[in-house]
Amino acid sequence: MNMSSKWPTLQGLSAAIPIWVGYIAIGIPFGVLARQANLSIIDIALMSAIVFAGSSQFIAVSMFASGASALPIIITTFFVNLRHLLMSSSLALHVKGTSKPLLSLFAYGVTDESFAVNLTRFSQGQWGMKQALTVNHTANFVWIASTVAGGYLGNLIPQGTLGIDFALSAMFLGLLVYQLKGSLILLVSTISGVLSVIFCLMLPGAWYVVLSSTIAATIGVVITRSNANKHKGERKNHVS
Amino acid sequence: MSHEEYLLCIIGMGLVTYLPRWLPLAFLAERDMPEIMEKWLSLIPACILSALVTQAVFIDPSTGSFQLFQKSFFAAIPTLAFAVITRSLGGTVIVGMLVYWIMGQF
Repeated sequence: MNMSSKWPTLQGLSAAIPIWVGYIAIGIPFGVLARQANLSIIDIALMSAIVFAGSSQFIAVSMFASGASALPIIITTFFVNLRHLLMSSSLALHVKGTSKPLLSLFAYGVTDESFAVNLTRFSQGQWGMKQALTVNHTANFVWIASTVAGGYLGNLIPQGTLGIDFALSAMFLGLLVYQLKGSLILLVSTISGVLSVIFCLMLPGAWYVVLSSTIAATIGVVITRSNANKHKGERKNHVS
Repeated sequence: MSHEEYLLCIIGMGLVTYLPRWLPLAFLAERDMPEIMEKWLSLIPACILSALVTQAVFIDPSTGSFQLFQKSFFAAIPTLAFAVITRSLGGTVIVGMLVYWIMGQF
């Protein structure tokens, strides 16, 4: 038995640290804003525990502040968080043979950040449900705690302390580098990056993530297919 | 909004957030997908990461407008170089934060 399977919780903890830093950076300002929108500390904790999706929680709070009613907030939340459908689909490739209850628990913690960390580790091997659940649930705990802390602290912590605003971007950048194997992946991620800026300028919320990644991945599949067909055609010509 | 309506609202938000997270894991994980679907899904993570990073680097968060040379762009260059050379995720995060923070001091 190797080290990695002996200490799954420890592995999960060390992989989750960048997520914690990033969630503290976003959670505290969220708590501050939520208090300003007249949500109580308990309201904040409940929302962070039940919804657990940063960007949609920010949007919801700004809609509360502008006096929106529940239905438009719920509908907006649905569309903002629909991108997780893609992430869970990608994760599904790596969790075959896991029981439904465990998968249902795991699904609760699928966020942009936990997805990025877990998927990278799953595809590198030596990663299992224990590690993944440790990542998800410690991240969840840090998110709830830091949003609540933000509610208590108000504006006591100056924004931008120690560059924590850049923690998640740096983590995504590092994880992206792990993913970039081969020219096809490099090409489709470049396409997705360019599209993301264009869509981000044109569309509200997180639509840019969904559209740019699905379009770029589709282009990638089309390229693979046409290459495969070309090779088939060449082989046929050769035989005849 | 009354407190009851607030509670209903966050329960609704929780449901519509949980379902897209749960459905693929509950129904795709137990079966074999067509090869083309697997290929497509294998490209999705890099595309999502690239979209998140590029957006964060080139879109000014306070105005939502395109900025070629902003703080996050200049922080991203050494961060990316460090990630490519060392392949260390923890180191990349620390270097990124450090560079971003130092740039904010000027």
